[in-house]
Amino acid sequence: MIRILGYSAVAAALALSLYGAVAAIWGVRARQAALIRSARAAAYVNAGLLLLANLLMVYALLTHDFSISYVAQVGSRATPVWVSVVSLWSSLEGSILFWGLVLALYTAAAMYFTRASLGALGAYANAVMLAVGAFFYLLMVGPANPFGAVFPVPADGPGPNPLLQNHYLMAVHPPLLYLGYVGMTVPFGFAMGALLSGRLDDTWLRVTRRWTVTAWMFLSLAIMAGMWWSYEVLGWGGYWAWDPVENASFMPWLTATAFLHSGMVQERRGMLRVWNLALIISTFLLTILGTFLTRSGVLSSVHAFGEGPIGMYFLVFMALLLVSSLALLAGRSTELKSTGNLDSMVSRESAFLLNNLLFTAFTFTVLLGTLYPLLAEALRGVKVSVGAPFFNKMTLPICAALLFLVGVGPMLPWRVASRDQLKRNLLAPTGALILALAVSLLTGVRSVYGLMAFAFAGFALVANLQEFAQGARARQRHTGTGFLPALLSLFRVNPRRFGGYTAHVGIIIAALGIAASSEFRLEREATMRPGDTIEVAEYKLPLDDIEGFNEPHRFVVAANYSIMDGERVTGSMNPRLNYYTGRGGEPVTTPSVRSRVRNDLYMTLLAFEQDGSSATVSVIVEPLVSWIWAGGLIVALGAILAMRPARARVAAGAARERATVEAA
Amino acid sequence: MSIRRVLITIAICIPLIALLAFGLTRDPNEIPSPLPGKAAPEFKLVAMDGSADTVNLASLRGKVVVLNFWASWCLQCRDEHADLSMAANLYRERGVEFYGVLYNDQAANGLRWIEEMGGQSYASLLDPGSRTAVDYGLYGVPETFIIDQEGRVIRKKIGPTTVSELASFIDPLLTAGPQQESTE
Repeated sequence: MIRILGYSAVAAALALSLYGAVAAIWGVRARQAALIRSARAAAYVNAGLLLLANLLMVYALLTHDFSISYVAQVGSRATPVWVSVVSLWSSLEGSILFWGLVLALYTAAAMYFTRASLGALGAYANAVMLAVGAFFYLLMVGPANPFGAVFPVPADGPGPNPLLQNHYLMAVHPPLLYLGYVGMTVPFGFAMGALLSGRLDDTWLRVTRRWTVTAWMFLSLAIMAGMWWSYEVLGWGGYWAWDPVENASFMPWLTATAFLHSGMVQERRGMLRVWNLALIISTFLLTILGTFLTRSGVLSSVHAFGEGPIGMYFLVFMALLLVSSLALLAGRSTELKSTGNLDSMVSRESAFLLNNLLFTAFTFTVLLGTLYPLLAEALRGVKVSVGAPFFNKMTLPICAALLFLVGVGPMLPWRVASRDQLKRNLLAPTGALILALAVSLLTGVRSVYGLMAFAFAGFALVANLQEFAQGARARQRHTGTGFLPALLSLFRVNPRRFGGYTAHVGIIIAALGIAASSEFRLEREATMRPGDTIEVAEYKLPLDDIEGFNEPHRFVVAANYSIMDGERVTGSMNPRLNYYTGRGGEPVTTPSVRSRVRNDLYMTLLAFEQDGSSATVSVIVEPLVSWIWAGGLIVALGAILAMRPARARVAAGAARERATVEAA
Repeated sequence: MSIRRVLITIAICIPLIALLAFGLTRDPNEIPSPLPGKAAPEFKLVAMDGSADTVNLASLRGKVVVLNFWASWCLQCRDEHADLSMAANLYRERGVEFYGVLYNDQAANGLRWIEEMGGQSYASLLDPGSRTAVDYGLYGVPETFIIDQEGRVIRKKIGPTTVSELASFIDPLLTAGPQQESTE
């Protein structure tokens, strides 16, 4: 029953999407407002249908209905409730179902909020988003049907991949990623709407700005949560390995970040109009490419054999998107002349141009490294793998340059910077740069990129904080309030600008965390008996005992350590190996992590003797790892602040302030 | 609209699409196995049905052996189950030995699964600690190995197999004897 209901909901969504896409376009061509309205209604109904289908699947997972193929594949009676719920996105079919839901919700919301104003542009945008949706519903109706029938009905299932049920971030990272990935469909839809309708002014850019920032924020959080997850789960103490899955999430983030900056140049100066469309189209295409490359299957199971025809579907879809969107852009490009010019090489807009150049180079490098194994096999017939050394070597210079620009950009005014302005703004950041460089040299940093990272981070941090300080002082003079109220009022007066600087501060803090944790990482490995003590950095760690115990869905072996500060026990560490029932014998390492502002203590149980007589552990001490997560959260905060509407409120706010000043 | 620009753009897209299309024909998980052409790793395993029978690969010299690794939690093993059982029946009188090896699973689960699937026409063996699976470089299940009369691995199949696929490798071995290697 659930099976039929779920499948029907998805099939109905497919039919409605196709209808809506055609109706919207036809409505514009034939000037039939009723058709356009019906297409918008289709977007709303779709959201309901997908919500229903997803709820049915969650219900099936919770009630262990193994007659449904997806439940038989990832469900298990032994898994805890939260794992059953998040199994929704733990494997291919379910993740597409969830993708469909997010897309339907985004489409409906975007259509609802723009219902009054956009005319043909909005109708075309709706058609594009519905067409994209139709592709995902088609996958579910055909090759990736989550509601397939299983007969005979198995008594129990294997549960999701142990790696995916070993940590609560499993509940957090994938939805954030989908919210980010799928969210890029909205600006893409409106960009295409602009190209299709011929309304090539800034309308699409202004309408989608907040949608783009929203998707970008989720994508940023998702990437950070993904790093956190691999750090907490994989047991090697790292958080980024340039794996294709990671690259797939990172590339659209790079192009979207470039777009957030270059979009401002278009709004302010009427430049980069083709470029902005190209960036947002690329961002969307990269999300689809990423999904294609990883096919969700890489993550889904011990075995990702024979994903069947789904890859072919994706390929055809991507080819269609690539050719149609870029050809449309190329065809319109003659109509998209810049209305402004670059006045000076030393200006905000030229800093943005350089920023875009670097982000584009970054994206191409990552894309090349990711696709290179494929290229090598196609051209030379050899299997190669491209590892971290390539990516690090190629991208670290770009990262350093970008970090420097994070500091330079904010201090440059639009159009042209005067010599005096520059001198004044450069003073404090340059001092910070020299100070940071000296401190890093004294503390033993010797690698060129390490030194650059700390020096530029110091420079950029002070440059951005200086903007806050200058802004707040100007407000103080203007309104006569205290420094702190003036500082906070900046987010009301110019939310976009100061939200952006907040995000900068987050990026800089994360960069510091990345640089310090890679530069000063300490690692020791030892085989120990209970009673033995291992010392790493300031930590003294006696092994108390090794124990094995059963939990409902897994068998756990843990090595229990105390953390000693002199003679005092200040905490405990319990690195484990988890053995999941139903998934066979391979253990899942579960590191024990203690995070402090100063550093993280990270322990992994590598092996143990069956009789509990000894355990082999690795102990890693990494400084400032938690700064990466804190930085990520600050970036998200900046994005949220930047989303507040600007201009209208500025005027109203200013009027209100004038009134209060006069009243006082 | 500028037609020339449109055409140029399309021309630029084609190589990328071609490259990705090529990628589709490749299985990134398929790690080239060094086994085909080499001697099959020896094993001595106990039957899953509790009869305490053991099967020793060395004692099967002179016969074609089909070794299929499977598990009750493996969905694709369901797809190939009927084919394997049928092939085992077809080739029994021609002296071909079929064995299943239970991978990362409990005997009780395996037996229940077989009952559920309507029986298995050949014996399955237990592989405690997955030692044999490791010897065979197993990447997951299902995987099927075809071993010739001289104890060499002729073929390793990753993913579900079929009667016709099995026949295409077993038949030449039966008619012409041990043969040259083949990998896919």
